[in-house]
Amino acid sequence: MFEKALKGNNYYWMWLAFLGFFIAIAVVCYLRQYFYGLGLTGMNRDISWGIYISQFTFLVGVAAGGVMLVLPYYIHNYKAFGRITILGEFLAIASLLMCLMFIMADLGQPLRGLNVLLYPTPGSMLFWDMCVLWGYLILNALCGWVILTAERKQVHPPKWIYFFVYLSIPFAFSIHTVTAMLYCGLPGRHFWLSAIIAPRFLASAFAAGPALIVVMALILKRVANFDAGKEAINKMVTIIIYAAIANMFFVCLEFFVGFYSNIPGHKHTLEYLFFGVEHHGHVYNNLVPFMWGFVALFFVGIALISHPYTRKQSDLWLGIGCASIFVAFWLDKGIGFVLGGFVPTPTHEIVEYYPTLNEVFITIGVWATGFFILTILYKIAIGVEHEIEA
Amino acid sequence: MDTNRRNFLKVAGISTLATLGGTVVVERLVTGSNLAHASAPGGHAAEGAAHAPAHEAAQDPSVNRYGMVIDIRKFQQDPSLGEKVVNACHTTHNVPKFPDKKDEIKWIWMTHFENAFPEQPNIYRDTATGTHQLPILCNHCDQPPCVRACPTKATFRNKDGIVMMDYHRCIGCRFCMAACPYGSRSFNWRDPEAFVKDPNYVYPRRMRGVVEKCNFCDERVGSGKLPACVEACSDSKAIVFGNLNDPNSEIRKILKEHHTIQRNPALGTLPSVFYIV
Repeated sequence: MFEKALKGNNYYWMWLAFLGFFIAIAVVCYLRQYFYGLGLTGMNRDISWGIYISQFTFLVGVAAGGVMLVLPYYIHNYKAFGRITILGEFLAIASLLMCLMFIMADLGQPLRGLNVLLYPTPGSMLFWDMCVLWGYLILNALCGWVILTAERKQVHPPKWIYFFVYLSIPFAFSIHTVTAMLYCGLPGRHFWLSAIIAPRFLASAFAAGPALIVVMALILKRVANFDAGKEAINKMVTIIIYAAIANMFFVCLEFFVGFYSNIPGHKHTLEYLFFGVEHHGHVYNNLVPFMWGFVALFFVGIALISHPYTRKQSDLWLGIGCASIFVAFWLDKGIGFVLGGFVPTPTHEIVEYYPTLNEVFITIGVWATGFFILTILYKIAIGVEHEIEA
Repeated sequence: MDTNRRNFLKVAGISTLATLGGTVVVERLVTGSNLAHASAPGGHAAEGAAHAPAHEAAQDPSVNRYGMVIDIRKFQQDPSLGEKVVNACHTTHNVPKFPDKKDEIKWIWMTHFENAFPEQPNIYRDTATGTHQLPILCNHCDQPPCVRACPTKATFRNKDGIVMMDYHRCIGCRFCMAACPYGSRSFNWRDPEAFVKDPNYVYPRRMRGVVEKCNFCDERVGSGKLPACVEACSDSKAIVFGNLNDPNSEIRKILKEHHTIQRNPALGTLPSVFYIV
């Protein structure tokens, strides 16, 4: 089926070349980092994880979000998702590959990465994260490919594949739960040490993932003559609305626990993220604009996708609404959550993190690689759809 | 009727098995991190840890169990002592000195009481405690969160209580740095070689991309010497190092005679470093 990715119009090749440009820059930047060390990033001994790990955390959510299509289609037999379930599965593949690239970019000794397999450590959540991420990646690749092949031959998919389809559903939940456990099991990091992190991660994932799929579906409708169907889009938007509101509800609960209990440890990071904190006469607030951007974009997005006019009458407004939700939750989880958790440090100092240009270009490059893979996968999927229709 | 009964038995049987299996898995997960330091039968019983005095469970006289008492008063009396201690450690272990604070690596360093013990705020603190500095270092916890977090067992707990690093196994994921509630770990953000003046060839230098921290001078203790920081204090007894499992050791006598505190003991990590305020 790969041959479908080799035939495309000029826009297709221009888009791939555009992404390829950023990938090339990132390769050079990564080589620089590889030969110098992670000192080329903005990280330090106090903020020991930066935008690589925060992108990873967010993208695990995007990958898990695909299950919001798989679950209704395969468990509830919701036929309207039939055409776009493959979009969810392929988005999961691209997101997980981005996750793995971000992990590799973040390792101090990337060549030793296989030590995680060589010395398996079931006590470490990172070990389990590796297991479920690879598991979910393989499941999605397998299910996506087998079902697409069957579709192309216009036969029913083999029975055995359904075992793996059903298996992929708990895996989707597990990837984000285990990713949350990387954070919420650490003593002494109050902001992360909260039982609501895993449900909050899942809620924002089930909004951000489908939001991206809706945006993709709307773009594909224009550029690839692929209509996901009004009913499917509508149902997805409903899922996004509920999941997004659930996420905001959980954020509010964090605020309540912190500020009503008035325990400094529970408040510090929230204060730093949303209002900035003063420490020894200096005000630290470099994440404040991002967090208010998150709140503002959430309200913009939820208004656009909830209001009947913008939701039903205009693809453009709907797309902007979904994109706002996606960006909002990226600001929340892909910026604020991970970076904020390190403030204040265990010795109650405040250190702010600014990514370096090299780091930012590597990050952009990984995203570009992800979209490159996604474009090719979607090209194949849609090529097959068109072939059947023809 | 018959099929119902059969179905019931099936479900009951499977759920019993699942529960049993589940418990075993959970237990294995919880104890997994203790495997590396199974020093004594029943050692570090987790249930009693919250109520039992620190280290009670680990008191096995046949095994050494290293700990340290730091007398903050001595560091107040002699302000030059801190620098001596830090220098002794950092030269012994080839800890690099970087011009840029962003690259900083430290094993032991001087800090204020409010930074070392942020969970004990006091707006009416006495002047001496408020202004003077004290050394902090890896606590060599009985229940080290860093060891639990490490995905490759590159950091592990010795039978003698020392939390060690295997620089050759570390993949540089820095999960241990996020897990350490005391900020005791540093990372080699760049090649440290050029920033170590007069290297000590008895102890290895590190390569870039790995985590490092205080090792309680495991290499010196193993050959019968005292840790470098203890030696730097000479006769002042500002830092006393010894075997916590030996009831007649000097450190146990000091612990018996003085009221000591540990850094953030509420986290249940059971630090092996004690402070006399």
